[in-house]
Formats: sequence, C-alpha cells, structure tokens
Amino acid sequence: MSVVPVSYYLVLSAILFGLGVVAFVFKRNIITILLAIELMLNAVNLAFVAFARAWGQLDGLVFVFFVIVVAAAESAVGLAIVIRIYQNRQTLNIERVNLLKF
Amino acid sequence: MPILEHLWIILALPLAGAALNGLLGKNWSKTIVNSIGIGSVSLAFLCVLEAIREFSMLPAGQLSFFKHYFNWMSAGSFQVDFALQMDHLTIVMLLVVTFVSLLVHIYSTGYMAHEEGYYRFFAYLNLFVFFMLTLVLAANIVLMFMGWEGVGLCSYLLVGFWFLKQSAINAGKKAFITTRIGDFGFTVGILLLFWTFGSVDFGTVFAKAANMPAESTTQAGVLTWICLLLFAGAIGKSAQLPLYVWLPDAMEGPTPVSALIHAATMVTAGVYMVARMHALFSRAPIAMFVVAAVGAITAFYAATIGLVQTDIKKVLAYSTVSQLGYMFLGCGVGAYAAGIFHLMTHALFKGLLFLAAGSVIHAMGGEQDMRNMGGLRKRIPVTFWTMFIGTLAIAGIPGFAGFFSKDEILDAAGSGPNAHITLWLLGLAGAGLTSFYMFRLIFLTFFGKLRFDEHKVHVHESPRNMTVPLMILALLATVGGWFAAPHLVGKTDYFEAFLHPVFAAYGVPAGIEQGVSLAGEAGGISPSPAMELFHALTGPPVVLAIIGLLVAWWFYIRQPDAPKKLAERAHGLYKLLLDKYYVDEIYGAAIIRPFLWISTNVLWHVVDERVIDGTVNGVATVAREVGGKAREIQSGNARSYATWVVIGAVGFTVLMLGVWGMVR
Repeated sequence: MSVVPVSYYLVLSAILFGLGVVAFVFKRNIITILLAIELMLNAVNLAFVAFARAWGQLDGLVFVFFVIVVAAAESAVGLAIVIRIYQNRQTLNIERVNLLKF
Repeated sequence: MPILEHLWIILALPLAGAALNGLLGKNWSKTIVNSIGIGSVSLAFLCVLEAIREFSMLPAGQLSFFKHYFNWMSAGSFQVDFALQMDHLTIVMLLVVTFVSLLVHIYSTGYMAHEEGYYRFFAYLNLFVFFMLTLVLAANIVLMFMGWEGVGLCSYLLVGFWFLKQSAINAGKKAFITTRIGDFGFTVGILLLFWTFGSVDFGTVFAKAANMPAESTTQAGVLTWICLLLFAGAIGKSAQLPLYVWLPDAMEGPTPVSALIHAATMVTAGVYMVARMHALFSRAPIAMFVVAAVGAITAFYAATIGLVQTDIKKVLAYSTVSQLGYMFLGCGVGAYAAGIFHLMTHALFKGLLFLAAGSVIHAMGGEQDMRNMGGLRKRIPVTFWTMFIGTLAIAGIPGFAGFFSKDEILDAAGSGPNAHITLWLLGLAGAGLTSFYMFRLIFLTFFGKLRFDEHKVHVHESPRNMTVPLMILALLATVGGWFAAPHLVGKTDYFEAFLHPVFAAYGVPAGIEQGVSLAGEAGGISPSPAMELFHALTGPPVVLAIIGLLVAWWFYIRQPDAPKKLAERAHGLYKLLLDKYYVDEIYGAAIIRPFLWISTNVLWHVVDERVIDGTVNGVATVAREVGGKAREIQSGNARSYATWVVIGAVGFTVLMLGVWGMVR
C-alpha cells in the first residue's frame, strides 16, 4: 500500500493558508474575512493532523481539537459582532467600519 | 552647677525669642514683641553672668570648661559634635556680645518705633545674637563656622531690612557675596585643618599643634597655609583689604544694626577667630606677618578714605574698617590680648558712636549728610556729650578706653617681640588720621552754624530708651580701658593677665616667644614707673591724636573756608579720596562686569538656553515627532490592521526560522 508522503499534505496546507491570507487582506465583506480566518485555521489543522500521522503521536490531534473549539467560539463572537455592525451601519463593507483609530 | 552644665540655654534663649517673634509676632503689639526680644537677650545676659560666676569657682588648674551634647555629623573619621566650651577668651566675647546686644535691643525700641516690620526686626536681631553666641561658644571649628555663616545671613537680612529700597537690597547682596569669597578660603582652611590634624575639635587640634615646631619665616608649611586660608575668611568677615568694600555699603541697614553687627560684634568675629586659633597662628610666622600687614595697611588706608566722607554713617563705617585693622595688627604681632582688648573697647565706643549717630539722624528726621547739619550741640545735648566721649575714646585721648587698647597695640607693633617698624608707622599715621576725621565729624555735626532750615527740620532729643543706652555706653567707654592702666607704669595689665591662661596654654617654642609681654623686665635697666607713665602719656600716639584734634579744630571751627580751599588746591588727591580710590569701580570693571558678561552671554544664553534647554526640549521634540508618526499606523482601516498582522506573522516566522537555523 502506497502512502501519500507528508510533504503533499504540507503543500496543500500552505496553499490553503496562503489563500486564506490573501482573502483576509483583500476581501471587503466582513463575513468573507471571517471565512478566510476559518480557512487559515483549518489549513493549520491539516498540517497538525499530517504531522501527527507522520510521527505517530497524538499531540497534534489534541491541538486540532483545541483549535476547533477556539474557532467555534471565535465564529460565534465574530458573527454576533457582524450582526451588530450591520444593525448600526446597514453595511458589511469593512472600509466603512473605520472609527477604530487614534 | 546649673548653667555651666547647660551652656546651651544661653544659645536657646535668643533662638526661642527669634522663633516666637518671627513666627507669631506679626499681629502682636509692640509691647509683647519688645518683652520677648529684650527679655530673651537680658535672660541670656544674666545666664552669662551666672556661668562666669560658676566658671570662676572651677578648680584652679582647669583652664577651660568643655561640654559635649550630641554628635552632629559623623562620616568615617570625620566627627563633628555639638559641643560648647568656655574659657577666658569666651568670657570676654560673651560679655561683649550679650551686653551690647541688650543695649542695642533697648535702643531699637525707640529707633524703630515707627517702622514697618517691627517684629521682623527683633526676630532677626535675636537670631543674630543666637548665631553670634554659637560662634563664640563653639568647641570645634565646624560649629564655629555655622555661627560664622549664620551671622552673615542675619547681616544680609538686616542690611536689606528695608527691602523695598533698591540700594538696600544691593547692599545686602554685596555684603553676602563679598564675605562669601572669603568664606571659600575659610572652608578650604577647615578641610586642610582636618586633613592635617584628623580632627576639628579645638582641644585636639591645639594639643597636636602644640607639639609641632614653629615654621620657618621663609618657607610656607601646612600651618601657614591653614592660617592664611582661615584668615581669608576673616578678611571677608572683618572687612579688611581687599574685601572691605561691603561694610560701607552695609550702612544702608538700620543704624542699630550698624552698631551691633557692623561695629561691635559680627565684624570682630575674624579677630576672635585669629585669637582663638592662636596656637596655629603663633607657629606660622608668615601668616602672622600677613595678618599684621593687612591689618596695618587697612588701618591706614580706611582712615584716609574716612577723611573726606560726608555721610555721618560712612565716616563711622570706614572708621570701623580702620579699627578692625588695628585689632589684626595687634594679633599679627602676637599681642592677642591687646587685639581682644581693642575689640572690647571698640565694641563699647563704636557701638556708642553708631547709636549716637542714629540719635542724630533721628533728630534730623533722617538726614545723614553732615554738610546739612551743624550747631546741634545745644539742641541734643545728651547725644552730643555721649558722642563726644565716644570720639575722645576712639581718638585715643588719654584716660578714655581707646587710648589704652590702641596704645598697647602700637606698643606691641613698635617694640614687642615681633615689632615691625613700617607697620608701626602705618598704625601711628592711622591714629592721627582717626583723631582728625572723628573730630571733623563732631565739629561738622554739633558746632558751627545751622546748615539746615529750622522750620522744616524739627530737631528733638531722642526718647529715654535711646539716650539711656547711650549714657551707659559712654560711661563704659570712659572707664572700660582702665583694666589696662597698670600697663602705663610698666606692669602687666589686668586684662592681659585675665587672658593669660588662654594664650599661654599652648606654649610657643622659644625663639618667637609671644606670651604676655612683661614690659620693664626685658633688658637690664627698667625705667621707673613715673618715666613709663610719662612716656605713655606723651608718646607718639597721643601727640598725633592731639595734632589731629587741633587740625580738625583749625579746619572746621577756626577757618571754615579752609577745607574747601585745600580741596581745590589738592583737587586730584581730594577726588581720589572722595571716590574711595575708585576701588568699587575697579572691582566693577575687573571682576563684576566680566563675570556678568560670562554669566549672561556664555552661561545663560549658550549653556542654559542652548545646551540644557536644547537637550530637554530636544528629547521632548523627538518623542513627540516619533509618536506623531507612529500613531498614524492606527488608521482606523481594518484591512491595514490585517496587513500588519500578516506582516508581523511573516516577520516573526522568518525571524524564528533564521534564529533557529543559526542556533542549529
């Protein structure tokens, strides 16, 4: 049985992470940005799982669970903030939310 | 022994008076202020008398009484104690200080009656008495220095008492700064003293010095340097050449202050210091000669300026400078007892003269120029007679106090063990000039025609609280010299015998023996007492004093036009004297103006404004500019924040990989 080398998983993880970063920086819709964050988190999760499997240890898997929990909490808070922003501004364009400054 | 064990009480009384009057006296009536001011000083005077009585009952061998109270400063081997001591020299000074202070306090209740800040004046006076007594009673030189600086402070406060008057403010500053120059030398002298002897206590230092040989007359050793540095302080404090310039200006202060501080007590602190440190000075012949020379030159020099002054207080001020010169001349030729004796008689007759001058000024409603007086003899007879007695005393007319003391000093300078003919001649010439300018003062003020408008100036005799101190001082100025009467017939005088234990305690090695001059025993043939008396009464000082009197009489009574003619004929000399040898101008051009220029143009405009302010402002500017740029990162644009997060993460990763790579 042929085994998929770990480097493949890492390349995929890096590509997904890079897409997440690009979307995080360049997208204007707040929900899209939240999605980009989720994408980056899951790219990292993939790398963790790949390493855990390659080394045959459980530490990476435990980390993944933690990340999933944190991501869920973050999504809940983030979406709540998004709803409040929409109620205030009638828009989800990040460029219109610019009062957080000096 | 209650008081002697608690000498601090003598100090505490005037200090308490100063604190009470100064802190609380503002709203008190004059009666309360008077009773506190005079009460504290008179109690101190009584305590001094009691302490002297107890001192006299000490066992015969004990020359001084020493009392340690607490440790004041302690740094390694440098130990300064709050310790007081009393010996015969201290007794003389204590009596002079407390007694003259008491009379001046009483006099001031009359003189200052109409002045603002009455309570302030008495608080300062009491504070002065406290510091002066500290100076006198101190058992180590650091405590003495505290008193020394303290009286300087009080002098500054009292000269500038009328602080709304610009000239008074300037005079106060001048007095303080000029004496500070001398005090710098004094401080260095204390350091050198400690470095040499490892102690600042008088007893320890003198005992160690007593084992040292006298230094040579040609090469300055460490004792000479200590003495010269300490004497620099005395030059400032006692207004000798070249630092005398502050004393005439200090006449801006109220007249009782001039009498107490600038004639009787503070300015004599330098003489007291030299006498106190005699164990060191006697072993430093070069320093001794400097003391004598400065004294003699000042005595003559100041007398010449006094000849032409027209302000009644300025004449007395230059006279004080001149008389202080005599005291230093006495100490410098080793006749410490004579110097201290002159200090005492001078305190009496010069205190009297100043207070009488104050009474004249009071009578004239503030006029100080003698050219606008004249003919006051009949109008203010008490002032006239007391001032006349003071003048007889200072001029050295036989029988009055100044005659005895000045005669002893000139005797020591002319024929003592350290006699010096030039200094003796200077002293003699000064004595003749003294007689002239003092009688000139009397004749201009009290004789001749009235030179003021009688309808405008209401001349009146001073109240009793001013005239009584005058009469007491006049009595003492008459009889105060008779302690030394045996000197006239060639015996040891009582005053010198009284101080003998102090000045003989730290014996000087043979060769420059300077103890009591036992006149008459030296040489084989001792002249008979009658001959001695004849010589003393017809000696050069007396002859010159009488010549001075006659010349003054000729110029100002017989030929009132003569002074003007002489001034015109010798115009250059007259102008030189009238402008006080231009010393103030020379100091101004040579020292003060360059100093001000450097202070203004270098220290102020460059060092302070550019360097110091520049540094401080520069730091602030940089912080503000950097902060201003840095806050623009917080643009409010959430996407730029996201970009920063990414850049940070990438940078951090690169950094970690790089570091990790290098570590591996």
